Amino acid sequence: MSSFEINKCMSPKEIVSQIEDGMTIGIGGWGARRKPMTLIREIVKSDLKDLTIVSYGGCDVGMLASAKKIKKLIFGFVSLDVIPLEAHFRRARSEGEFEVMEVDEGMFQLGLKAAAARLDFLPCLAGLGTDVLTHNPEIKVIKSPYSSDHYVAMPAIKLDVALCHVTEADKLGNSFISGPDVFFDEWFCRAADKSYLTAEKIVSTSNFDDDYKIMRMPIERSLVAGVSEVPFGAHPTSNGPDYGIDVEHLKLYSAAAKGGWLQYVENFINCEDYIESVGGIKKISQLPLPVF
Amino acid sequence: MTDFSLAELCITAGSDIFRDETPEVFATVIGLVPRLAGSLAKKTFLPGLMMSDGEYYFAHEPVPVGPRNGYKPIKEGAIGYERVFDLIAKGNRHAFVGPVQVDRYGQMNLSCIGKYSSPKVTMLGVRGLPGNTVNNRTSMFFQNHNKRAFVSGEVDMVSGAGYNSKRYPDGVFPKGLDHRRIITNLCVLDFEGYNKAIRVRSLHPGVTFDEVQDNTGFDLIKPKDLSETAAPTKNELALIDILDPNNLRKNIFKDNPNGRRS
Repeated sequence: MSSFEINKCMSPKEIVSQIEDGMTIGIGGWGARRKPMTLIREIVKSDLKDLTIVSYGGCDVGMLASAKKIKKLIFGFVSLDVIPLEAHFRRARSEGEFEVMEVDEGMFQLGLKAAAARLDFLPCLAGLGTDVLTHNPEIKVIKSPYSSDHYVAMPAIKLDVALCHVTEADKLGNSFISGPDVFFDEWFCRAADKSYLTAEKIVSTSNFDDDYKIMRMPIERSLVAGVSEVPFGAHPTSNGPDYGIDVEHLKLYSAAAKGGWLQYVENFINCEDYIESVGGIKKISQLPLPVF
Repeated sequence: MTDFSLAELCITAGSDIFRDETPEVFATVIGLVPRLAGSLAKKTFLPGLMMSDGEYYFAHEPVPVGPRNGYKPIKEGAIGYERVFDLIAKGNRHAFVGPVQVDRYGQMNLSCIGKYSSPKVTMLGVRGLPGNTVNNRTSMFFQNHNKRAFVSGEVDMVSGAGYNSKRYPDGVFPKGLDHRRIITNLCVLDFEGYNKAIRVRSLHPGVTFDEVQDNTGFDLIKPKDLSETAAPTKNELALIDILDPNNLRKNIFKDNPNGRRS
């Protein structure tokens, strides 16, 4: 191999070893969809602490909450979609275990976009008249320089690290998302100093010489510091259209919020073979897509 | 007289909120009653109404709720989350949602109840309510009209904005703030009282104004000509059957009560 060749392949454990205590971590996906769950489980296993977590939250937030990894949570919601309320998040939030910055979903994306554009803020109407401003006094309301309008100045959400799960990646960091909605993954990556991807499959670059795939490649490879091949790396969240949400597993996981977390960790996080522990490849690949 | 359930009455009253909408409004309808209400409006008087399949696509025709049994949504475009935020900001949208609390100002709560730093009850989070309410038309559905939902004072965490001038710079309401109706198991409310005060628009058959007031934590406006909520027509009931082929609506209210109280 030429020494000029870029190779960003690493293991999930190596990715998580790049994260330091106190960092701000953005997590791609949405609710119970396409979350980088293998990396989340690696963080749970690690000694990391005092993280600020930025997420359109699902069980990623719930697991990190129960593992006591969160110092501060920046969020608009935490939900498992098919199960509207996230039991682990609810328990931890109600026990006051972490600070919160709770904002509108649209303000949240503007915070990422401001960081990506190296701006202090982006203006919006969302937030006016609500307790989002009361509970986040650092979010200022500004007067338009052009009219008598007032806008919320949504501050940049600057990330140290972004973590996302994609369908395919190459060793250069190019990546393809097969599901129809890419959510805000590219904005998490652009808002971050370094981004790391897990992919269902590591492929050769020639795989991306394809007009259909190119429409679903929102993340510039220059943003990506590391890639790791992890089949079913989004489980128990979905990676549509390849596999759906594991509703049965999420029910079991939710039930573990009431005193069963350590057992859950024992069974599904510290286990030898995660895929086998949740029923095997065949079962996961047949999980139906959610219907709303 | 045609028989109909309370759920069907709420669905048709819900569809009526779109009666004076723009021809191609983007309707976001969260929950079974709002979704069936928007679908019914599209099938009866607002064919241009735009709605999603609940996942990612604009659906050419309303997608029946529940198990699809082979039905495939007909796609006519993409409506991923990033585009949703663009359309919210553009403004031609009506969000019909089910918050947990509402107050006299039409402020809504979807976040938490109790002390903010360690809430007694944690719910979803503010979600898109702050953006919806200052940009788009807003309507609400409440399954249980009571004082826990219709609170005195302000809601515990103002997630959706309302007509509370103290909360805005210079006391001026944002241009996009436009609350329309609240559908409940007892009545239809609107914001057509003086200074956008909440008014009883119609009572469901057999319900009295006093009963509604007794279950509300703030004073309601009683119009002179208080009417009865219009009963669903045979055509509307037939369409609801098609839009809800698995009769999920029978579980909206306990024991699936009749729309006319006996």
